[in-house]
Amino acid sequence: MNSTDKPILEVRDLKVEFDTYGGTVQAVRGVHFALAKGKTLAIVGESGCGKSVTVQSLMGLIPSPPGRITSGSVRLNGREILGLSPKEANQVRGKQIGMIFQDPMTSLNPTMTLGRQITETIRVHDGVSDAEARKRAIELLEQVQIPEARTRVDQYPFQFSGGMRQRVMIAMSIACNPEILIADEPTTALDVTIQAQILDLLKTIQRDRRMSMILITHDLGVVARMADDVAVMYAGQIVEYGGVQQIFHRSAHPYTVGLRSAMPQNDEAQSKMLKPIEGSPPDLFDPPKGCAYFDRCPHAMKVCAARNPPLWDVQEDHLSRCWIHHKFATSSTEVFRSNRMGQEWEIQK
Amino acid sequence: MNHAMNQPLIEIKGLKRHFTIDKGKTLHAVDGVNLSLHQNEVVGLVGESGCGKSTLGRTIVGLYEKTSGEVFYKGEKLPSRYGAKDFRRLSREIQMIFQDPYSSLNPRMTVREIIAEGPLLHGLWTNHNMVANVGNWLRRVGLDPEHMSRYPHEFSGGQRQRIGIARALALQPKVVICDEPISALDVSVQAQVVNLLEELKDSMGLTVLFIAHDLSMVRYVSDRMAVMYLGSLVELGPSNDVYFRPLHPYTQSLVASNPEPDPIHEQSREHVVLKGEVPSPVNLKPGCRFAGRCPKAVAACQTVTPQMRPVGASQVACHLY
Repeated sequence: MNSTDKPILEVRDLKVEFDTYGGTVQAVRGVHFALAKGKTLAIVGESGCGKSVTVQSLMGLIPSPPGRITSGSVRLNGREILGLSPKEANQVRGKQIGMIFQDPMTSLNPTMTLGRQITETIRVHDGVSDAEARKRAIELLEQVQIPEARTRVDQYPFQFSGGMRQRVMIAMSIACNPEILIADEPTTALDVTIQAQILDLLKTIQRDRRMSMILITHDLGVVARMADDVAVMYAGQIVEYGGVQQIFHRSAHPYTVGLRSAMPQNDEAQSKMLKPIEGSPPDLFDPPKGCAYFDRCPHAMKVCAARNPPLWDVQEDHLSRCWIHHKFATSSTEVFRSNRMGQEWEIQK
Repeated sequence: MNHAMNQPLIEIKGLKRHFTIDKGKTLHAVDGVNLSLHQNEVVGLVGESGCGKSTLGRTIVGLYEKTSGEVFYKGEKLPSRYGAKDFRRLSREIQMIFQDPYSSLNPRMTVREIIAEGPLLHGLWTNHNMVANVGNWLRRVGLDPEHMSRYPHEFSGGQRQRIGIARALALQPKVVICDEPISALDVSVQAQVVNLLEELKDSMGLTVLFIAHDLSMVRYVSDRMAVMYLGSLVELGPSNDVYFRPLHPYTQSLVASNPEPDPIHEQSREHVVLKGEVPSPVNLKPGCRFAGRCPKAVAACQTVTPQMRPVGASQVACHLY
């Protein structure tokens, strides 16, 4: 998708299912994206849209059973990493791809000191001595700006606040200098002032180490602050993909436009009424044949119920999964254009 | 009861709620709050987790006993500890909508039982017209009346929050305390619930205390906005003033930390990152509570607790003003 650089990570047609008592959930239904070196890709979407499952499958963290990756390919520096043996997968995890989880309260082991948890990765991957690993752990804690790292390294997770635990998680994830950092809702459980600290820290670390980052979030404010590229997910598919400016200022998909108008704009003169997206996302036990957003879309046409739209190139490196971009959809595009909060932009066909 | 129009509907004076956690240790959850709510007004209350905003809401409705201070409703002083009779009388006037639509509805009651329980108890509805009334309320909050015999687990988060709203408002209260009513919901659904609350507020003439941590949403929803830090208010004023022209250094850093959905603005503005974390509200020292993190602290901040004083249309508790 980004033509200039060869992407460090390429995901193609990824499909993931889960067997449950109620039937099979198609959590991810054909996801493509590419991550450019040194860039941040934000995957944004509402709960249940498949954003976490997508990155968990990159890490080989889908429990099977009940989970199943039914198709797709994930290439890291050109090498396929789906379907690796557990031993090979362990080489990738931690070493090449690091991950931070949403809940810093539960993702650390409460019975191990932090030093032990951080050095575990280092000892496994780099095979250094205990003393050397401990020294590195202290350096890492200093890098994530934990005060008194030398004493803190021997403490347990319960002695740390939420923000501090998230810093420790970051230290663990970058312990082996991964090329890619995956952050799954890293600040959702934190207060705004702490969120600002963590986002700052992530940006600094990323810049210093020239890491690529995949940031999963539902918060468009965090996306605006952190992302270079954005993938908007809905019902297990990417519905819009593009640069952060394009996604926010030239939104092409009705869902993206809907999300933006459902949020208060911080404008003193703004008229009083949010435009919610009516209804709720479709049931992924039995996903609709046509466009998944059909029921909630103000611009839905006949074709939308019958056939799932492909991803159209609406501009260079800007894709949108909507029939509205089809050349015959003229009448709707007029309506759509006038609804796009006064932005001037021609939908390219 | 005589109640002049310009008098506040709810007046909170020096309200404190402390919790004893160990011997000799007191947690000052709410520590001297003055706040009034006027008829048909929405007051937003923001602050970080642990600042006491939920405790304040719960103390106002009587779920917690007051340690000291007073709450007046229509000029009448409310008891500092509610008995069964007080709850019965006052629950018709002041209601609460809770944060978590998953745990605040009894999973063993049907939606009909949940919504009808209050009105039946108060004799507003009879068994005879109960079904029709529940149906009306479900329609009013945008749910299908045919679903009234379902249980809470059969609904999504947004739908459950609508049930919680119908439950609270079926008693036709005058005041509603909304404790983070939208935090557990997705963005698209948040707007649905906010619009519903706004519409019901207008049609029923409600007075609302809207507690949340989402600054943008609180600014959008409320007429006035109060900012709370470690148990006390630090700033109170018209929402746009507080958000766009914050006075207190804490409010300033909250607004600066609030990520806005605009990449041009976000990636160009300077992020003033507030150092440190909220200190523990146990055994507080005198002086300004924010002094330890404040970039503008002066000597007086360490020793003298600042009081709220008027600055323009707002009030602020800070030695700089």
